[in-house]
Amino acid sequence: MTRYLIRRLLGTIPLLLGVAILSFLFMQLAPGGPDTLYARAGRMSDDQLAAIRHSLGLDRPTHIQLLIWLRNLAQGDLGTSYTQFRPVTTVIWEVFPNTVYLMLAGLSLSLIFGLLFGVGAAVRQYGFFDQITSFVSYFGLAMPVFWFGLMLQILFAVKLGWLPSANMRSADGGGALDLIRHLILPAFTIAIGSIASWSRYVRSSTLEVLHQDYVRTARAKGIRERRVLRGHVLRNALIPFVTVISIDIPLYLTGAVLTETVFSWPGMGRLFYDSLTKRDYPVLMGILLLGALLIVIGNLVADILYGILDPRIKYR
Amino acid sequence: MSAQTATIQDTEFLGAGDAARPPRTPMQIAMGRLRKSPLAIGGIMVLTIIVAAALFAPVLTDYGQNEIDLFSINARPSSDHLLGTDGLGRDVLTRLLYGGRLSLLIGVSAAILTTILGIVVGAISGYYGGWIDSTLMRFVDLMLAFPSLFVLLILAAMLDEISVSLIILFLGCFGWMWLARIIRGEFLTLKAREFTEAARSIGVPDRWIIIRHLMPNVVGPIIVTTTLDIALYMLAEASLSFLGFGVPPGTPTWGNMLNEARPFYTTRPLLAIAPGLTLTIAVLAINFVGDGLRDSLDPHATK
Repeated sequence: MTRYLIRRLLGTIPLLLGVAILSFLFMQLAPGGPDTLYARAGRMSDDQLAAIRHSLGLDRPTHIQLLIWLRNLAQGDLGTSYTQFRPVTTVIWEVFPNTVYLMLAGLSLSLIFGLLFGVGAAVRQYGFFDQITSFVSYFGLAMPVFWFGLMLQILFAVKLGWLPSANMRSADGGGALDLIRHLILPAFTIAIGSIASWSRYVRSSTLEVLHQDYVRTARAKGIRERRVLRGHVLRNALIPFVTVISIDIPLYLTGAVLTETVFSWPGMGRLFYDSLTKRDYPVLMGILLLGALLIVIGNLVADILYGILDPRIKYR
Repeated sequence: MSAQTATIQDTEFLGAGDAARPPRTPMQIAMGRLRKSPLAIGGIMVLTIIVAAALFAPVLTDYGQNEIDLFSINARPSSDHLLGTDGLGRDVLTRLLYGGRLSLLIGVSAAILTTILGIVVGAISGYYGGWIDSTLMRFVDLMLAFPSLFVLLILAAMLDEISVSLIILFLGCFGWMWLARIIRGEFLTLKAREFTEAARSIGVPDRWIIIRHLMPNVVGPIIVTTTLDIALYMLAEASLSFLGFGVPPGTPTWGNMLNEARPFYTTRPLLAIAPGLTLTIAVLAINFVGDGLRDSLDPHATK
């Protein structure tokens, strides 16, 4: 196990290096390179532009630039924002917690409803609840995330007036309750896709386990149905679920951009959108790298957890 | 219990039992199964209507897609404008019909591009194995590490003007990895099977083995993935356009209509509801067909 862990950890290093190099090359695609942004911003003489190019290291050959970029990256330096003139890491860290709130709230909702819908549907297969939840999850998977958010805004904020339609806090500040009220709609928006897919997933894996011999044995021993479900069925049905959660990480990152844009949530996704409109490439690259890092780490953690949870898996 | 054994027997002795029926090809068997799935049939019917409505848009509506009626700006639904008009006085239903054309075109073209790329990479990787395989699969890992919408948005922001064909190209180039993995996995087992060895032993060239002997075995997963990808890309196009980095503004697509409707969602919710609901229904129908195909193309299915 330890050996497997070390090998997996070592294996992610070339992957992360590849991500960094590809991102660098990707940034070189920006038309005319980053310096044209400065040139566009004001009227600059060629001398001034050359000075800026020199101070940014843009007059050096590409492979040297790449090495410098990698060295800075290893030190946690992602460069300077073109529009805020502050380090990219500072700009991102400022809003990162807000996205974490949103994602954690969304994840909790997905877990609660995914399990509830999935198990409930599997226990009475083809029953009324099963039909309803499968219809709901088909819809949840088919809806564009941002459109679902808009619909929630129209219904709950505009028509009913129950919840605030946007932002993270009321204008006069407000406490934890205020934050939660603002969080409900965006959290459901970002979660809708995974609520739908996870409940489908839990349903089918629960059904599979329900037909196993050991479940029949447990029932034959006279264990109450509730305990059979909790102790025998769910424990086994939920193991592969770890992988499913990690597969949905990109979905959550994408969801964050769309949801935060719709609800003006001041997080990383919103920052990404704002940086897009301002062509602030260093910030965009920083968020892209952070997203890729989350995906790689998520897959790694899922693989390892899967092995810990399922003793049938042997590592070499 | 007895019912279960009965069905198994029925399928096992199908053909042997009634000699009167001519033997059916696997595809015919699959289509027979598909015909019995109400959701898939419903999906096909809804899709047919949507495609027909998009294709015959000029016949179905009297207005042009960008025709402005200055006398009815922001009109409520009426007999003249069944879904009303938007803030520029353009007929919403007309734009919905024309918008379907581009949304469908982008979805289908990008899915075809993805399929071709996925097949090529997956087949080469799975068939040749060795260093080719590990290089290609590392590349797949690398591509999957990036959140694709982020990359697409940055690409769109870098190019000031983005065209429909570029969107198709971008979407197609960032979505082939899953199919490549599926096909590679299938090929890895297929190439060790006897029929492949037999073909190789009589000197059939690699290219021909891949096309003639291996590909027919993966037609099922390919059809299913391509179908579901169409829905995925229609959603992706809508997301890009909604954020303002997709199809050039002004051109009606369902995503662009949502983008245009966004500032007015408090006063004119219908402008946002109509294109979103149409897109949802289209995606729902495609997913139903895709799932139906998955069930009916599965060679291990007993129904």
